[in-house]
Amino acid sequence: MPTFTNIGKAFPRIEAEEKVTGSAEYIEDRCMGPMLYAKIKKSAIPHGRIKRIDTSRAEALPGVRAVVTGKDCAKNRVGLYLVDRTFFAVDKVRFFGEPLAAVAATSVEIAQKAVDLIEVEYEELPAVFNPLEAMKPEAPLIHEDLGDYEVVPIFYPVAGTNISNHSKIRKGDVDKGFAEADVIIERDYYIPQMQHVTIETHKAAALWGFDGKLTVWSTAQSPFTVRQLLGKCLDMPLHKIRVVSSYIGGGFGGKAGATMEGLVIPLAQRCPGYIVRIVFTREEDLQCTFTRQAMYAHLKTGVRKDGRITALEYKMIWDGGAYTEYGVNITRAAAYSSAAAYDIPNLKTDSYCVYTNNPVGGPVRGFGMCEMQWGIERQMDEIARKLDMDPLELRLLNGLKEGSTTATGQRIEDSSFMNCLRTAAEAVEWGKRDTGKYRGKGLAGLVKAPAQPSNASSSAIVRINEDGTVHLSVSATEMGQGMLTAMCQIAAEALNIPAEKFSTRVPDTDYTPYEWQTVGSRTTYACGHAVTAAAKDALRQIKELGTIALGVPVEEVELEDDTVFWTKDREKQVPLAVLANSYMKPTGEGIHGPIIGRGSFIPSNMTNLDPETGQGNPGMFWTFGASAVELEVDPETGEITILQLATALDAGKAINPQQCKIQVHGGTVMGLGTALYEEVQLKDGRILNPNFTDYKIPTIENTPYMKGFVLETPDKGGPYGARGIGEQPMIAVGPAIANALADALGIEMNTFPMTPERVLKAIQEKEKNS
Amino acid sequence: MTEKLTISFTVNGMEEKREVPPHQTLLKFIREELKLTGTKEGCEVGECGACMVLLDNIPVNSCLVLAAELDGKELVTIEGLAKNGELDRVQKAFIDHAAFQCGYCTPGMIISARALLERNPNPTDEDISAALSGNLCRCGAYQEIRQAIKACSK
Repeated sequence: MPTFTNIGKAFPRIEAEEKVTGSAEYIEDRCMGPMLYAKIKKSAIPHGRIKRIDTSRAEALPGVRAVVTGKDCAKNRVGLYLVDRTFFAVDKVRFFGEPLAAVAATSVEIAQKAVDLIEVEYEELPAVFNPLEAMKPEAPLIHEDLGDYEVVPIFYPVAGTNISNHSKIRKGDVDKGFAEADVIIERDYYIPQMQHVTIETHKAAALWGFDGKLTVWSTAQSPFTVRQLLGKCLDMPLHKIRVVSSYIGGGFGGKAGATMEGLVIPLAQRCPGYIVRIVFTREEDLQCTFTRQAMYAHLKTGVRKDGRITALEYKMIWDGGAYTEYGVNITRAAAYSSAAAYDIPNLKTDSYCVYTNNPVGGPVRGFGMCEMQWGIERQMDEIARKLDMDPLELRLLNGLKEGSTTATGQRIEDSSFMNCLRTAAEAVEWGKRDTGKYRGKGLAGLVKAPAQPSNASSSAIVRINEDGTVHLSVSATEMGQGMLTAMCQIAAEALNIPAEKFSTRVPDTDYTPYEWQTVGSRTTYACGHAVTAAAKDALRQIKELGTIALGVPVEEVELEDDTVFWTKDREKQVPLAVLANSYMKPTGEGIHGPIIGRGSFIPSNMTNLDPETGQGNPGMFWTFGASAVELEVDPETGEITILQLATALDAGKAINPQQCKIQVHGGTVMGLGTALYEEVQLKDGRILNPNFTDYKIPTIENTPYMKGFVLETPDKGGPYGARGIGEQPMIAVGPAIANALADALGIEMNTFPMTPERVLKAIQEKEKNS
Repeated sequence: MTEKLTISFTVNGMEEKREVPPHQTLLKFIREELKLTGTKEGCEVGECGACMVLLDNIPVNSCLVLAAELDGKELVTIEGLAKNGELDRVQKAFIDHAAFQCGYCTPGMIISARALLERNPNPTDEDISAALSGNLCRCGAYQEIRQAIKACSK
């Protein structure tokens, strides 16, 4: 085992003091200059033509500086994968709450008053809120021009329908697989919408400079992707756009892509020299930003008597909402991962992304995996019961091992799925029956790869300061995942300079190097590779200077902390500061100049997928894990009490074990929230619970003690063997709880959240049928 | 223009006298007039606890209090906890136990924790739950927050 000095250590977060003292700057805390405040006029109907927008009364209000509507703004559409969206509705509105117009004024109150004075006349169109209905040929079309939209050619929209993507997986021969099966289980599942509800809502600000330079401050997770999308949408060269990040008060996918930056830019364009800022209210945050797409699942699994799964047929119908520019990729990722953590030889999957007039679906922690793996993990338990097998044993038998292939035929290089399952199971004393009548245990496995294009890239710059300390520049954002700290630790390890001697900052596209996006639990791996490369590049330069200074061969020069020395005699040494501070020969002749290391990374192990069979390599790496739970149910109220809860994940190498552990705990808490209470309640496209009173998230009161385990089976392709674990911990919590409910009471939950009402109803139905 | 009210108060130990519009919330006043931006806005309706401050040593959601009510009172915000460049023990414990991730709820969380420990130096799990149930943390650092508070127990 290699020994490490900077990674594998609970190095405190580099922004820890800032965050506990209130001095950490989030976007709204930055004093930026002369300000104007923006508010948006939102659609009051879910689907209709815009006949007239009258802004004259708003414009006449004292204090109002600019008013814009969709017609006044750039006509280019925007979208990450399917270019189907405009920041403001132009001819049509497609969801309740869609931005129609915006006002910039000298105060938020005046802006709101002006927005209220904007009159909108619509011609209402028939709306559709259920994707099963929206798929039908007679359903009202939400995007008439779908066939003309620009799309990344790994997605398959069906022109003339509401289907914006159809991803297919065909592996082996399912008919043969089902013929070999002794038991076939077939069932429907439904997963409702949920929301990220970051405590910091979405915010953005824009400044249009007199030199034509656009500066954007944003809570976005991915400043470079925002810049790229804005450049395309506004027909602007990228050197004229600067996107500035701050600390982000939680992301969880909701701040991925470009969402609301475009709402303030046209206002800023009309008020050059002023910074126009928009801050979404909690209600706007829930109604107008991404929700997790609802999903209708139909699953059929065939299994032999000995427990081996022979075939799986999976149909997923996703409620993409009004725009699916990002959502199509969730439906693709769910398809290519559709055998979940299991080795299934025969597989047929159809995943449909369907437009509806519901709020816009988009990325949420898990990126389709919570939704997709729910059904599989529920069915694993049903199979186990039918075969009278231990659900743990069934999973161990079918789980992906080294050399197994995924749904797309990708070979698994390193798997510790078995270890994760056993660790989580042991933590809740699996196999030990409790005496309690209404107690049960359940477990579920999980797997997830980052969902990203095969050319998603990263870069890093390492600058050795004149005194031998270091500044690291990367453009992943810091939204709580501890990225800045982890990147410093990785660079420190590669350079062999203590992490304490590093500084780094949140990104700014004018000052920090390119990063595709901070999503998909990919930063530690992808950005980590770029950081390692940059550190090694700097180290190479240091050693080359060391050769000159010490007069020994380069391979005999080493760096440790502040000293460059000869490996054969440590007495022969030179301080790093001497080499880093514009080193010169005794004669005064300069050599080399400042030391700057650069590193880039792009994965080479990913491929596109065959359009018909879906076969190929979509996973940069695969992270495995499992959750296990013991619970007690009150049969009178349906209320669930969690007695034991454990989640185990394999991080490959925990760069910072303490931060990994809190990720596992935090993700488990979010998984618990979605399993037990979180559901966006929609009526005709309108969110009925757009506040914390009605949309409940876990509090300290209902968070049980958890056991989080961070296993370390090195990833052959990861920096120091590391892989991502940020999203994964929430995936298996829901099905583990449902499986424990089945164990406790014999009730089958086919949907979540498992609220007391739902559990009670299931208990009553079971009693009725028995 | 609505007439402004004159209020006198102390903020983080300093005496202040200001004029405030009668409808301005304490949260807006703290952030926009006093420029103490450590106090965060999460919901504006008292549901999330991100804007918690101490008013005469009592934790309050500053979005639910009018700035005018500050008159004659003592206000402590997150910026007022560290003394002479030294972090408060609750702040230190939050760092030691990694009791935050994104940090947005942290100022409010620490204010609530401080208030709890002032009135109850030895809180049980139930006491902690009751005192902090109005502070939402979406990153889910509750287990670590509980440990940090317990570490500060006497």
